[in-house]
Amino acid sequence: MAKNTLDFEKPIVELENKIEEMKKYEGQLDISGEIKKLEEKVEELKKNIYQNLTRWQKVQLARHPERPSTLDYIYMMTKDFVELHGDRLFKDDKAIVGGFAKLDELKVMIIGHQKGRDTKSNLYRNFGMPNPEGYRKALRLMKLAEKFNKPVITMLDTPGAYPGLEAEQRGQAEAIARNLLEMSRLKVPIIVVIIGEGASGGALGIGVGDRILMLQNTWYSVISPESCSSILWRSWDFKEQAAEALKLTADDLLEQGIIDRIIPEPLGGAHKDPQKMADILKSILIEELNNLLKIKTDKLIQYRLEKFGKMGVYKE
Amino acid sequence: MPWFRRKKENISPESKKTDIPDGQWSKCSDCGEIIHNRQLESNLWVCPKCNYHFRIGSDQYISIILDKGTFKEYDKKMISANPLQFEDTKKYTDRISETIKKTGLNDAVITGTGKINGIKSAIAVMDFRFIGGSMGSVVGEKIARITDVAYQNKIPLIIVSQSGGARMMEGAFSLMQMAKTSSRLARLSDAGIPYISVLSDPTTGGVTASFAMLGDVIIAEPKALIGFAGPRVIKQTIGKDLPEGFQRSEFLLENGFVDFIVNRKELKDKLTLLIDYLT
Ligand SMILES: [Zn+2]
Repeated sequence: MAKNTLDFEKPIVELENKIEEMKKYEGQLDISGEIKKLEEKVEELKKNIYQNLTRWQKVQLARHPERPSTLDYIYMMTKDFVELHGDRLFKDDKAIVGGFAKLDELKVMIIGHQKGRDTKSNLYRNFGMPNPEGYRKALRLMKLAEKFNKPVITMLDTPGAYPGLEAEQRGQAEAIARNLLEMSRLKVPIIVVIIGEGASGGALGIGVGDRILMLQNTWYSVISPESCSSILWRSWDFKEQAAEALKLTADDLLEQGIIDRIIPEPLGGAHKDPQKMADILKSILIEELNNLLKIKTDKLIQYRLEKFGKMGVYKE
Repeated sequence: MPWFRRKKENISPESKKTDIPDGQWSKCSDCGEIIHNRQLESNLWVCPKCNYHFRIGSDQYISIILDKGTFKEYDKKMISANPLQFEDTKKYTDRISETIKKTGLNDAVITGTGKINGIKSAIAVMDFRFIGGSMGSVVGEKIARITDVAYQNKIPLIIVSQSGGARMMEGAFSLMQMAKTSSRLARLSDAGIPYISVLSDPTTGGVTASFAMLGDVIIAEPKALIGFAGPRVIKQTIGKDLPEGFQRSEFLLENGFVDFIVNRKELKDKLTLLIDYLT
């Protein structure tokens, strides 16, 4: 069994393996009827499993190592991508990537967290955990997009801003805070897409925009289920309960009015058919951008302010 | 969000009193000096021997910063509505009602208007006693509204931060308060109205990564813990002990993230002077 198979996917993979095995003998034995039956069973099993995922299972899918990353989507959705590097202050953070690209004929600035796929690339990308220079690079690119009137698309996929000594020294909090303020008044449309993990301020640091979209099997919250478990239950063992309590899935966030739209994934998750996922995302982004581009700048910024102003529940 | 793991040096004056039998004396957690509470109070809860700044509540900051009798509180009755029906080892609603009863506060921030040496100002003061000064919907909304009061009346805004970060029991709602408060401050800034951020011990997490770091001028009390990630998490991540003074006010001053450190006794006068320059 593939090493990246999640526990709840095992029954599916087992059946699929069995079918593969049987197909080897299909020429010698008359088992095509049985194979067909099994294939139908697999399809049913998939629907059953993937339509009834718990919140924790969705967190696992969001973190799946084969899940498409920001650069994967850029390569699959756009052409003429020009990656731009560096914050012009300190260095180039590999955990956030960005640059100009064309979505069909629409010229856009795309910025996103970037995870690796294996140990080596994850070390290079710092597991998608930005340092302050990552947020400052993102801001530089957004201001560049603003100056040349290009809409911005950001893709969120991070386990959090990097909690390191130098990160604090160089002002991790200031870098994130600055982005929140500047993004709230950026004079071009911003679309935010959560493509994997949306962990806390590290995600929100490039997450203020006019439309907030979430892929179906992703999560977005103030803290990861593991950290929440360790703090509130004082043990790492309550991550499933914490995921339930935090109500952090796309369905939850749509209900809470925090996101605008859920983007459906291929059955089994984005990684099962990355190109199909990219095609779905691309068509939705073009549709959303065309709507936003009709709005006058001052209205756009006013709506953005009102949008985040409405978030929150309290009694008076 | 380390509000539940109060470190010894972070115990508030209130709980400190219980250390000493007759409740009249407090012990400085920095130098160990035993000080009479009345003397401590008249010294604005600063140790007369070593200048250690005891952590104080929002009511005390109000009386230190504002002219007597000028404070008018806003949105006093706003309380959390438990949007996620959150429950860990305890129901969030129970946690809220117990904390209200215990502290007499309705949430982790007090907001309003008042005069600072005669200058009408909008003010928000956070309070660590209320679930570690954590920011949920109530804190975010009250900060946003008092920012709007400053914006509409063209009066300066002062925010005293004291927070362990975002309140996890409100999940993504808490996170979005960072965006909400920052966007309102953007509008205030565009209107040319001054905002002075005062950082007290501790200011960490989502509060630091939003309004606390967005002041036109940012000032900090001595030795306050200020940062994004908590020291425990950083220590775990890097697997090394943290250097002396790491994430304290003086460290931030050295690294360029606060304008200056202010002694509590000079806080009001420094604010007055700054407002004079910024208006
Ligand atoms: Zn002392």
